Amino acid sequence: MAAKKGDWVRVHDTVLTPAQRAPQVPDDTKAVPLELWVKGIAENDAEMGETVEVVTLTGRRVSGELVEVFPTYSHSFGDYVPELLTISCQLRSILFGGDDNE
Amino acid sequence: MSNFEVRDNSYEAVMSRRNEIMKKAVGIDYADFESGAIAFDYEKMMKETGYTLEEIQKIQSQTSVGNTPIFELKNITELARKYAAPGKGARIFVKDEAGNPSGSFKERRAATAVYHAKRLGYKGVIAATSGNYGAAVASQAAMQGLKCIVVQECYDSKGVGQPEIVEKARKCEAHGAEVVQLSVGPELFYTFLRLLEETGYFNASLYTPFGIAGVETLGYELIMQMRERIGRDPDVVVATNAGGGNLTGTARGLIKAGALNTQIVAASVNLAGLHMASDTMFNKKSFTTGHTGFGVPFSTWPDRSDVPRSAARPLRYMDRYLQVNQGEVFYITEAMAQIEGLERGPAGNTALAAAFSLAQEMDRDQIIVVQETEYTGAGKHHASQLSFARNNGIEIVFGDPRTEVAGKSIVIPENPGMIKAVDLDMTKLRKSLIKNAVVNNKVTEVCDADVAFLAVETKTDEAFVRAALKEIL
Repeated sequence: MAAKKGDWVRVHDTVLTPAQRAPQVPDDTKAVPLELWVKGIAENDAEMGETVEVVTLTGRRVSGELVEVFPTYSHSFGDYVPELLTISCQLRSILFGGDDNE
Repeated sequence: MSNFEVRDNSYEAVMSRRNEIMKKAVGIDYADFESGAIAFDYEKMMKETGYTLEEIQKIQSQTSVGNTPIFELKNITELARKYAAPGKGARIFVKDEAGNPSGSFKERRAATAVYHAKRLGYKGVIAATSGNYGAAVASQAAMQGLKCIVVQECYDSKGVGQPEIVEKARKCEAHGAEVVQLSVGPELFYTFLRLLEETGYFNASLYTPFGIAGVETLGYELIMQMRERIGRDPDVVVATNAGGGNLTGTARGLIKAGALNTQIVAASVNLAGLHMASDTMFNKKSFTTGHTGFGVPFSTWPDRSDVPRSAARPLRYMDRYLQVNQGEVFYITEAMAQIEGLERGPAGNTALAAAFSLAQEMDRDQIIVVQETEYTGAGKHHASQLSFARNNGIEIVFGDPRTEVAGKSIVIPENPGMIKAVDLDMTKLRKSLIKNAVVNNKVTEVCDADVAFLAVETKTDEAFVRAALKEIL
């Protein structure tokens, strides 16, 4: 999906390359760049992966690679966790006697 | 752009401007409180740059912060008594801080920080946080009409985000904040400094005197409410401990209410062995706060924070420090929802898991108050956290929680009787603070003022400090 000027988009940028990272960083982290994501209103048309300048909600101008147009949220309550039902049944049984009291 | 200033923005150059940037962004000259090599005047700092309790109550009430209810957890108490010796099993109460506008006690800190920023004429506030504090600052900035940026460490190098942090980003944006998300690494602080320089906004640090003073109302209210309800002070208050501000502010509030005999107990989730700055370990943990990865280093060296002198100094007030495992906190979080009808976020229930264990050591007529809860929702929920862990290769089993290995397994107690908080060695923690004070201040000699200061810092006496120093110097 391409972005038009004026669209709400998400951009990605590299803050520090592996060589520029802080000395105290552990090796696995030092092997990868420090990356940044921020959202804003596109100042120019761009294809996915192209550089786009955005104006953020505080009015800052930030340039980065276009990674999402009209970004939304996809986090959830996750997959079913059977252990939670087990806990629930156990607690009721301990406190309220389970089936014996019905 | 006109007015363009050429600055060296390399990591080293920005870090070397740290103090200068912070002075502008916090409006405090910390040099005013320095006295000796190690010692500084903590109470003077709290007094001159903070607000009185009454002023803070007024500031917070303007944005509906505070005065949260206290609930007695009768079924959880009953459950603890099933596993306690005869006559044992203290009553457990909880202060429902999820009732604050943005859903956590952190809004007490944010309310004063944002109020202070506005009073000093800053146009906006910036907070570096992946947690509830970001949401709290965003909510307060929305109410008080300031701009807001929240900087958070969110993703690993594969772009996978901790569900709890992703949810926090959503919540900050729901209150109109700009969220700057970063991959793993301590250079978050570098980005944070650059943003402060670029915008001239106020650093709504968690560790300023006004932030900590904001939590004092929590401790004060708690005591007033318990006196009204049961006619006396609680025997124990348990606080989840990470950066130390929650415990410090609450304890100071207790003291201001005159509750001098109430024991202050810290609680953290045990994440021993997980390196907090490691890209590959980032998504192996199920708690992004309230854990020992913050709790222990910040307790033993408070000045590692983003201001030169942190106002959060938990070892000054802490009587005990209890550690619980991830599986235990998830169990008690499910119990809160299932038998108390309170669906709350897992991180806030860390102290509750510790209290559940602690209650069994105490007499039935004694009282424990857990001093916070936090909101819950998609991503920030024990179901999300457990599902995320399982998808990241963490083994989730029922068993003895003591066998849990952070980053490899989550061991849910086979029954509630297996929830057993473990004491951290307070003597070791206190000695560690003394050693850090010597090493980090690069001193070879310690004066009497420093010894007196370290005794207060560690809630010990001068003899303890001198003995500890002998082992170091």
